[in-house]
Amino acid sequence: MRFLFKTDYGQDLRLFKHRGQVFWYAVLAVVLLAAPWWASEYMMTQLHFIGIYSIVGLGLMLLVGFTGQISLGHAAFLAVGAYTEALLAAAGWPFWLTLPCAALLSAAVGVVVGLPALRLKGIYLAIATLAFGVIAEEILARWESLTGGNSGLHVKPIELFGARLEGDAGFYYLVLGLTAACCVALANLLRSPTGRAFVAIRDSEISAACMGVNLARTKTLSFALSAALTGIGGALYAHKVSFISPEQFTLLVSIELVTIVILGGVGSLHGAVLGAAFIIVLPQLIAIAKDYLPAGVAGAAGLQSTVFGLVLIAFIVFEPMGLYGRWLKVRTWFELFPFYRKGMFRRQKTYMKSERVR
Amino acid sequence: MRFFGAENLGIAFGGVRAVDGVSFELRRGEVYTIIGPNGAGKTTIFNLIGLIYPATTGRILFQGRELTGMKPHRVAELGIARTFQNIELFEHATVLQNLLIGRHRHRCTALWQELAFTPAVRRAERAQREAVERVIDFLELAHYRDSLVAGLPYGVRKVIELGRALATEPQLLLLDEPSSGLNPEETNDMAFWIEDIQKGLGITVLMVEHDMSLVQRVSDRVLALNEGRVIAEGTPAEVQSHPAVIEAYLGSKEEA
Repeated sequence: MRFLFKTDYGQDLRLFKHRGQVFWYAVLAVVLLAAPWWASEYMMTQLHFIGIYSIVGLGLMLLVGFTGQISLGHAAFLAVGAYTEALLAAAGWPFWLTLPCAALLSAAVGVVVGLPALRLKGIYLAIATLAFGVIAEEILARWESLTGGNSGLHVKPIELFGARLEGDAGFYYLVLGLTAACCVALANLLRSPTGRAFVAIRDSEISAACMGVNLARTKTLSFALSAALTGIGGALYAHKVSFISPEQFTLLVSIELVTIVILGGVGSLHGAVLGAAFIIVLPQLIAIAKDYLPAGVAGAAGLQSTVFGLVLIAFIVFEPMGLYGRWLKVRTWFELFPFYRKGMFRRQKTYMKSERVR
Repeated sequence: MRFFGAENLGIAFGGVRAVDGVSFELRRGEVYTIIGPNGAGKTTIFNLIGLIYPATTGRILFQGRELTGMKPHRVAELGIARTFQNIELFEHATVLQNLLIGRHRHRCTALWQELAFTPAVRRAERAQREAVERVIDFLELAHYRDSLVAGLPYGVRKVIELGRALATEPQLLLLDEPSSGLNPEETNDMAFWIEDIQKGLGITVLMVEHDMSLVQRVSDRVLALNEGRVIAEGTPAEVQSHPAVIEAYLGSKEEA
């Protein structure tokens, strides 16, 4: 068991709380940096997708997990990022310019979508964002002169500093670097005043306002940042799959993104990455399992959606804290062995709240 | 210049005039208490001052500025902090994080600096932490510093809420029933703190309170409300013996 003695306020401001964390993150970094040497081509592709979905997951985690605003239309931001990237790359813009453009345009759309969030809460906001997602999908299909409609768009490979970024390894390091940068940036934000304001809005809007948090500005900012990260993910996604069409950005994708957040564990950055890894690996597991299932079940349409749905329900019922919450419990069990108690992570009963001012 | 004044304040919910033409003034450095039976409109006055409800009539002046028509967060930025009757803390955060939110109006870093956590942010965060630690010392919360609010007893939460309001370094502190749900010992502590806040920190306190012994002990002046209207104003003793106040609480002889 580890005891942390705090002797300085700076200790609470550090990203890594103790040497053990530094060590394990260093191990993780080395393993990931060496991936092109140990991973097969197939695994590299999986790692690409995990990185991309991690960035998107982080974006949605910021909005859902830390600001408490639900969005069922995030596939639309993914689409904005992907199409911006595809069109600008086709126009011959270099990658270092197209990526910020994709992020900024997504953020701008995020601000617009965030406007209803200033008035709507909970299920009503979910419906508004859902409608936005459906509208965006429809626009992509109908605006044929720009998006190519249902026949889709081809995406050119990335050009970085005059050189074409080809091969798995180059793209892998790009994705890895961006994912790491996004993780660190969000971790930084969350230990700063703005991050605290997000959490304040999540837990009690009325007292956040009474502490001087500008609700409208902060919520809009959260939508914008979340959309920007999703846009970056979308841009990388476009390059990865090299062909995009409206049916890659449907409502089901939005729900898949929310699944990342819930499976990973609402309110933790680790959760976003774990959730992304899970959501990428699960279809592979299903594909493997199909070989052992009776033909009637294995061949059934919608098997994957069904499994996704069941997993989601199972997590909400049995492990609302998600994968990261499960990991925390396992870790605490080892740290406190043999003194772990079953109820240690149980939510305490909350006291009466004053009636919310709507 | 007047410190704080409410003029002809009123709000109607449908046909109910919850607050009707209430006027009062606060002098800098005093403890001013609003009393009244349930439903008299005390908390509604707080919500009007906090601009959570828009006032139907009247205006609120704070240090020469008119608050009416501003956004709620501006009230905090101008130096008015409040606590809630039924505790509105950030449940899934630690006590320390809750108090740090109180420092929100003193933040001085831009978004890009925070994303990169530049040395300026680190310095600012240290300064905020030092300010919060002063509040923790003042209210003797050191023991709970790193615990989650969700698991703490009611009495402690009440103190944390007071701490969060103090962390904003307000000029005017609004306390909504600071002693409700506290045992006599905790109420006694609360009375000491209110006295310290007034005399030691020089903060003006506007308070809604039912516990008359606490009111008598700490208040300089008292305002009595009934059914949204002012029925008496004066020193605690004057108000308590005012016939209209006795009638409001106990009913008049004719009715009995």
